[in-house]
Amino acid sequence: MEKLSTEQLKKTASQVRRDIVRMVHDVQSGHPGASLGCTEFFVALYFNQLKHNSDFSMEGKGEDLFFLSNGHISPVWYSVLARSGYFNVDELKTFRKINSRLQGHPAVEEGLPGIRIASGSLGQGLSVAIGAAQAKKIDGDDGVVYALMGDGEQQEGQIWEAAMYAPHHKVDNLIATIDFNGQQIDGPTDAVMNLNDLKAKWEAFGWEVIDTLKGNDMEAVVSSLEYARTLLGKGKPVLNLLHTDMGYGVDFMVGTHKWHGVAPNDEQLADALGQLEETLGDY
Amino acid sequence: MEKTLDTKFTYTEKSDTRSGFGDGLLEAGRKNPNVVGLCADLIGSLKMGAFQKEFPERFFQVGIAEANMMGLAAGMSINGKIPFTGTFANFSTGRVYDQIRQSIAYSEKNVKICASHAGLTLGEDGATHQILEDLGMMKMLPNMTVINPCDYNQTKAATMAIADYHGPVYLRFGRPKWPIFTPTDQKFEIGKAWKMIEGKDVTIFATGHLVWEAVVAEAMLREEGINAEVINIHTIKPLDTEAILESVAKTGCCVTAEEHQYNGGLGDSVAQTLVRNNPAPQEFIGVDDSFGESGKPMELLDKYGLDANNIVKAAKKSISRK
Repeated sequence: MEKLSTEQLKKTASQVRRDIVRMVHDVQSGHPGASLGCTEFFVALYFNQLKHNSDFSMEGKGEDLFFLSNGHISPVWYSVLARSGYFNVDELKTFRKINSRLQGHPAVEEGLPGIRIASGSLGQGLSVAIGAAQAKKIDGDDGVVYALMGDGEQQEGQIWEAAMYAPHHKVDNLIATIDFNGQQIDGPTDAVMNLNDLKAKWEAFGWEVIDTLKGNDMEAVVSSLEYARTLLGKGKPVLNLLHTDMGYGVDFMVGTHKWHGVAPNDEQLADALGQLEETLGDY
Repeated sequence: MEKTLDTKFTYTEKSDTRSGFGDGLLEAGRKNPNVVGLCADLIGSLKMGAFQKEFPERFFQVGIAEANMMGLAAGMSINGKIPFTGTFANFSTGRVYDQIRQSIAYSEKNVKICASHAGLTLGEDGATHQILEDLGMMKMLPNMTVINPCDYNQTKAATMAIADYHGPVYLRFGRPKWPIFTPTDQKFEIGKAWKMIEGKDVTIFATGHLVWEAVVAEAMLREEGINAEVINIHTIKPLDTEAILESVAKTGCCVTAEEHQYNGGLGDSVAQTLVRNNPAPQEFIGVDDSFGESGKPMELLDKYGLDANNIVKAAKKSISRK
């Protein structure tokens, strides 16, 4: 796939945000907040960084692979997958509805191209990504494996099992990202269960850690993803601490946990769409 | 016991079923370069050392982190590897049920969950390690195949067979040395029950270690003029319902024998099959809604009513209810 320019990436991001709020509004269910916050990351990854083939194969030999651990942000992933050619954009309107391949949380059961593992129960995705990265190493496959986790998800114990494992086994073809928005369902992460110094924790476990302070700035996200790739192959896995704003792009959703899993009503949808330019055409 | 009893199968030596797993894994690894092994700090207990030694690049020490191990295995399978995970049955199931459910069963991943030290015969370690609920938990998962072989030879054959089968599998085996009474050259067919002894008065459906107890029970019953049929249900799921119904149609009653809770095990599966198709008297040999305790394997089988003597009693009771 041809790499998009920064301007094209920004246009795509605006359209993806329209898709997210429309999908969640249509079914009155789903998670818009962190989907909006992670839009730059997904768009930069799929349209600029990932070496991938929309003629989907489960094994993905020779390709870069992406695993989403915090599966509740499925709207942004589905939109990006559809708009990069894995399936018809029109299918986005089936999100979370009966007989759809677009399950509330990502699943392979219905054979949706682009999805390699189910996620939704938190804490499991990093382990899977590490396994996939090790399998690539066995095969001499130089594809890179990416994983995205939430920050609230860092409260799961399995994350730290995986964090300990990857450096021990020198899994250095892996870029894991934490969506560091500081919010979870019940409130700010600091209030629910303080994560304290995540950077120091991951470094202490033996990871190469980079901070991406402007996680909703397309130039910054692209350059951090490019930089992360330069750190591979040196005996350490890479962790990207991506500072984002939950709900970014829609003013009344920004920076609060209140839109973690709430759908906008008709009026709120119109307000949101008024703030997001239609750039590639709605489905 | 074999000196005084005319059993239809006999044994010359004993070996643990976990060694059958270890030797089967080594063979599977030699046959297929995609076979990989993962272990959570129990290489010796799971008998995975030979595989590790011969294929160090395909073996992964995970440490005491079973949830991570299940995820790693799922991830490796995505790239076409055939991962065999190894730890105790308790930590292979209950501890990581959600990981297995989401990342392996629901995601249809080709992972082989290999579980040792299952059941009461784990012995002295006691109830924390003697899981008696694992068959139930695993058989309830859609997409999951559940296998519980009876001796060293059958465990080895099963281990090699599941490497050739695509899909998630739970393979259960045990710790103590146990009679080797099935042939070395047996063919292991997943989902196909094995009629070991023909009979007409009662059917004994047994799985795992209790298949040997069923063979002994058959000889004891025969001395009293009762002809029991013994069927080895090595695959709990998919269940060979055809073989079950055919046998019970002939004998008119049955006993199910397993080293597991009544709830959720082989007995439940057989009962459901009979109730739906051809209701018949059934007696259950298994643990009746309790945890185990420390003791020697045979002492525990006796105390909890899982040995040949109890199978004989249950068979007679089942016949009396016809």
